[in-house]
Amino acid sequence: MTRTRIGVVCITVAVALLAAGLAGAGTRSHHHTGQNLAVKGTITFDGIWTASSGQKQFADVIKLFNKTYPNVKVNYKPVGDSLPTVLATAVAGGNPPDMADIAQPGTVAQFAKQGKLKPITYAKGTIAKNYVASWQQLGTYSGKLYALVFKAANKSVVWYNVPAFKAAGVKPPKTFSQLLAAAKVIKSSGTPAYSIGGADGWTLTDMFENIYLRTFGAAKYNALSAHKIKWTDPSVKTALTTMGKIIGDTGNLAGGTSGALQYGFNDSVTNAFGSPPKAAMVFEADFVGGVISSSTKAKAKTGFNTFTWPSITPGADAGGVEIGGDLFVTFRDTPAIEAFVKFLATAPAAEAWAKQGGFGTGNKNVPASIYPDAITKATEAPIGSAKSVVFDMSDEQPPSFGATAGQGEWGLFQDFLKNPKNVAGIQAKLEAAAKSSYAKGK
Amino acid sequence: MSAGGITAEPPVVAAPPPSGEPGRLGRVLVSAFFLAPALFMLGVWMVYPAVYTIIRSFFGQTGFFGHWVGIDNYKTLFTTSTLTTAIKNNAIWVAVVPALVTAIGLVFAVLTERVRWAVAFKTVVFLPMAISAFATGVTWRIMYQQDPGLGAVNALGKTISGVFSPAGVLSSALPSTPALQSAGGALVLKTPTHPGGVVLLGLTGIAPDQVPKSSAQAVTPAAKPGDIVGTVWRDFKPGGGKPGLVEKGELGLPGVTVQLRDAAGKTVQSTKSNRDGSYDFKNVPAGTYHAAIGSQTFAKPFGGYAWLGPNLIVPSLMIAYIWIWAGFAMVVIGAGLASMPRDVLEAARTDGATEWQTFRRVTVPLLMPVLSVVFVTMIINVLKVFDIVYALAPESEYAKANVIALAMYFTAFQGAGNFGVGSAIAVFLFLLVIPVLALNIRRFKREA
Repeated sequence: MTRTRIGVVCITVAVALLAAGLAGAGTRSHHHTGQNLAVKGTITFDGIWTASSGQKQFADVIKLFNKTYPNVKVNYKPVGDSLPTVLATAVAGGNPPDMADIAQPGTVAQFAKQGKLKPITYAKGTIAKNYVASWQQLGTYSGKLYALVFKAANKSVVWYNVPAFKAAGVKPPKTFSQLLAAAKVIKSSGTPAYSIGGADGWTLTDMFENIYLRTFGAAKYNALSAHKIKWTDPSVKTALTTMGKIIGDTGNLAGGTSGALQYGFNDSVTNAFGSPPKAAMVFEADFVGGVISSSTKAKAKTGFNTFTWPSITPGADAGGVEIGGDLFVTFRDTPAIEAFVKFLATAPAAEAWAKQGGFGTGNKNVPASIYPDAITKATEAPIGSAKSVVFDMSDEQPPSFGATAGQGEWGLFQDFLKNPKNVAGIQAKLEAAAKSSYAKGK
Repeated sequence: MSAGGITAEPPVVAAPPPSGEPGRLGRVLVSAFFLAPALFMLGVWMVYPAVYTIIRSFFGQTGFFGHWVGIDNYKTLFTTSTLTTAIKNNAIWVAVVPALVTAIGLVFAVLTERVRWAVAFKTVVFLPMAISAFATGVTWRIMYQQDPGLGAVNALGKTISGVFSPAGVLSSALPSTPALQSAGGALVLKTPTHPGGVVLLGLTGIAPDQVPKSSAQAVTPAAKPGDIVGTVWRDFKPGGGKPGLVEKGELGLPGVTVQLRDAAGKTVQSTKSNRDGSYDFKNVPAGTYHAAIGSQTFAKPFGGYAWLGPNLIVPSLMIAYIWIWAGFAMVVIGAGLASMPRDVLEAARTDGATEWQTFRRVTVPLLMPVLSVVFVTMIINVLKVFDIVYALAPESEYAKANVIALAMYFTAFQGAGNFGVGSAIAVFLFLLVIPVLALNIRRFKREA
């Protein structure tokens, strides 16, 4: 052991000298003390980020990794949004990549159950040292740690149109009753309060999940997510009734109910932040910011701003945050992969991307000052300081229930938007759909 | 072979080369050499996947070993509501679209023969064929938007309806207090009033940019004996204010038609409000009255039809699909028309047949072979329709707009990732296409 390390150091020194000698004065020399040349290999990595959405930022993370492990080559393949399809086919065909980034925990659970994934138990210590308490739970399936949530998006955020709030004379609400009161005032000011992107079912499930989390807290949330609580439970009834107070106020939705059903997520953002605005606020995650800056002229602070999802039951969810995110999983186990996963769990890896924006992390060792602007800091910093973090519920469920367009949870919440009075009927349908999906999953 | 010639003798075959066997072998080798690439491609891309899909359809979601489920996947296909909707929708598509495409193509083909700018017209009708179905879907999705400010189809509707029933000046306004009640589109103040009274009509839900520029701070006019006075104003200031009370910072609404209705509900006087929202009904005879704001003030602008909503989505998709394929039908039928013997048409006309009779009794029967080619091709196309539905239908209506090919894609590759049921759907679609295909092949043979 000692001998190999000496060997490694010798080689490192030799390489450093050689590099310095060859490059001459003034260029970069390899004198990183922690450089590890013993770990060698290639890692194939399939991800959703493409050139326009984060491939470059992830390349910077890999670059930083290569400073310590110059002999490990990470081949990142930008698959794009069709990743689940490509991956499912690759896994079924017995030829998955070494690593992949999956946005749906439900898919990870499926792969884990099928025994296709390798546990990343070796990274437990690093994760415990760096992340908020509930983070390991997010990547654990049937008792084993399979995934690292590397990139997270805070979903417990509401975006509002500052001039519309000013014209109505209301302040960002802190509690749900304040939210309803503010919405009423905004309506009489002549602008509908809510912009709902109901054509995308996930915007509706996200709203429900925030309401459930803020009414009953993280423990019960996770129980419903795992289908340990039935969808016919009184708690679901309470949460749906609460949700009905928002989506049932037809005159207060941009475009009314039928409009809300046809506007997708992007439309819901441009409706609220275009000029003139067709609504005053959007309930969605940190990525709303990207759409605002690419599709509207609204400016941060003067045109748009955010507030935390208002609390519903005082104390039930103190500091609870719902996130969506990218789970890194491994299909093979080599020293190179182990080194990469451990590196990704450290603060510098997260900082390499976080300082470029569009990135949130539960890594508590990443300082809030790293975020490039005030809005990003306001949306992402709460993840790192959250008391409890829960994953997007619909993503955690079997995909046929939680993540398929037009059916299961997405389709049924769209039905609920059509008729928010039918709480019991939707509950029964949700339970029936969940039951059959969970049965098939086994 | 010559037509009608009955020959007992065998067809003339070239004399075998002297060397006999090796020459035959050589021929076989040569033909094998030329066939091999095609056969290889066919095997790898068509036969193997087809056979694999059929086998796969008898296994469960997760894989082969120990997951034999028999015909369960097929049972799922016919018992899951989203999948049965898809089958039902496909049936509607097959019943409606091929016939319409053929009919429209025929009409276009016959008409373009007689118009001046035939080439230009044909080009325009054929142009959609040059656009990918996906792009067509995206384009029509925008055209179908319900908001007349976005969707071209509803914008047209708005222009037309704007002529017949113009929108009111305060179409979005709402009463600020429950005392002001909606009655047949108008707002009527429930509280009765008498000569000498002051009547306040507060409205909210008016965006700041909807308030006329000329408006001034609202005032409560002083009561006048014999008159009924009052004010119409935007009963809102930042923070909400007190509903029903004229406050500082709240603007009057000028130019609003205010009516005075008697006890029977009949309008006895009507007047317009001033800059500060005040109005005055002069010399009102003694009695009980109600103040009201007429319904034309609140007439809603044309809100557009929900083309992409649950009731219209399937017809909307079909219209877009027909838009694409009508050009194809027109060109094929037009070609058939061009090769039709003219003398028959002339003979019919000379014999005194009307244009309609010529069309119905001569043109259509002569075109029948071409029409059936178009019809059968369209049946196959429609059975496997996918991209237009995928691109055009909003996600919230997928369940209503579903078709077999889309259901297969979603079941196998999206979300659920159930290759078993997905394969079963694919096999089912394959079985549907086979009879149509067989029909087509038989006709090809006959024509050859």
